[in-house]
Amino acid sequence: MTIKSEPFVVNVGPQHPSTHGVFRLRLTLDGEKIIDADMVMGYLHRSMEKLAEERTYTQNIPFTDRTDYLAAMTGNLAYVMAVEKLMKIEVPERAQFLRTIMAELQRIASHSMAIGIFANDCGAWQTPVMHMFRDREKILDLFEMACGARLTLNYMRIGGVSRDIPDEWMPQAYKLLKELPKRFAEYEDLLLSNEIIVARSRGVGVLTPEQAIAHSVSGPMLRGSGVAWDVRKADPYAAYDKLDFEIAVGTNGDAYDRFVIRLAELRQSLHILEQALDMMPGGPVHERLGTATVQPGGQSIAPLALRPPVGEAYGRIESPRGELGYYIVSDGGPSPFRFHIRSPSFINLTPIKQMAIGTTVADAIVILGSVDIVVGEVDR
Amino acid sequence: MTTYVSGIQIAHLIDGQFPDAVADAQPEFAVVKSESLVEVLAWLRDDPDQAYEFLSSLTGVDRIDWFEVAYHIESFQHNRASTIKVRSSDRENPSVPSAVPVWPGAQLQEREAYDLLGINFEGNPDLRRIFLWDGFAGFPLRKDYLNLPGGQMPGLERFPGEPGVELSGRGTE
Repeated sequence: MTIKSEPFVVNVGPQHPSTHGVFRLRLTLDGEKIIDADMVMGYLHRSMEKLAEERTYTQNIPFTDRTDYLAAMTGNLAYVMAVEKLMKIEVPERAQFLRTIMAELQRIASHSMAIGIFANDCGAWQTPVMHMFRDREKILDLFEMACGARLTLNYMRIGGVSRDIPDEWMPQAYKLLKELPKRFAEYEDLLLSNEIIVARSRGVGVLTPEQAIAHSVSGPMLRGSGVAWDVRKADPYAAYDKLDFEIAVGTNGDAYDRFVIRLAELRQSLHILEQALDMMPGGPVHERLGTATVQPGGQSIAPLALRPPVGEAYGRIESPRGELGYYIVSDGGPSPFRFHIRSPSFINLTPIKQMAIGTTVADAIVILGSVDIVVGEVDR
Repeated sequence: MTTYVSGIQIAHLIDGQFPDAVADAQPEFAVVKSESLVEVLAWLRDDPDQAYEFLSSLTGVDRIDWFEVAYHIESFQHNRASTIKVRSSDRENPSVPSAVPVWPGAQLQEREAYDLLGINFEGNPDLRRIFLWDGFAGFPLRKDYLNLPGGQMPGLERFPGEPGVELSGRGTE
């Protein structure tokens, strides 16, 4: 005799530590097995795309900090690059290097958090994440030295960066670069073969390369599935064409592979930083555009009155979470006619249903953790 | 470096395969007629010379006179990128075919475009609001959502502090 059980609905979130913010996963269970998964989002929807239509191009830069608040530098970079593409602005070389360095520091900070929180989701409660916070703090200190803010940085400007780094910045950065390899070796020792992580994540949430491409996933998730695609290599922006690094690629496409890719990318980012700091050229950090003025002390500020020509541009970069794109449509006015964010966190959630069905609630938590979403970027 | 295939080039290629499918071609994008959209997109994905297997971004734009949906597509194999668009001139009930049968990655993005712009994607298996709640009145990213007096459109017309006309909405008659 078979016992028929009724489907049971479990709400994971909106307030739940494993959803990394306010995000709800509505799981329908048959016994322990998930038979349906629905995502409920929008709790953090701040209508940024609408707000941006009412503001000037320069005023929109702070919005880009607040989408992916764990990687504000890359948010800034993607937006200013889209506007520069629209206006055909050349950026000075020193600014290109500063952008690259800041983006890679941000990648280390963001991946550290992703690894720590993923370990949290797997059950390595709080210890790894506290180790990761230690490194991230040092990077945030560097950001604070460069632009005065730690999280919502607002550092990049259309045509360059807001200001040059202070003299004490480089020695501090070199000091950090000397410390980090030791830390990364420690993390690899502690985490790569850690039973808690391996047992929970091997073979969970598998995406084949074909599925990953069809579902438009990007970043460590796409590379975890074995597709060697990285916008930094495929379409080099800022100073990446002058720097040497490798794309880390997984084999199984499971949650464990995504985690390993992020650990491997920490090393690659460090390698990029070492080269970029050595090669850093001198010169201005901001292109003088139209009404741009230079403040006393040589610091240049971005012009307020930017009117890009009629047209549209889609600028994209490799953010820590994947392909971050800004689609800007201009009608020649002082504010964007349309401002769209192609957010990797949001689009990487597309295959969640497919990955979760047939697994258990415990696996669904690991799958969601391996996607590494930032809800500010999902909802915008 | 990724090669950006211009709208004119890709329109020419599409025209060779599907005569009468291209409605407009600009340097930045090619516009495909709504009737033939799905077969054109499927061809762009499957043809070995095109191989645009990755839908990078899908989004809607309210152009006031028409609605359009932009597909930013990429080919990993050839390292190419291009932009395809489709238009719908129905102001009340804009509707375009769904790209989900071609790229399942369009699913959440179509739901977003439906939620914020009210574009109906025919054939999308699960077209519901995504960020706003069911029963939310109107579609906020439409230019006429706020219904400003005198038919004004939202958006800045001049910079704050810039001399000129009194600060008002864009697109006043």
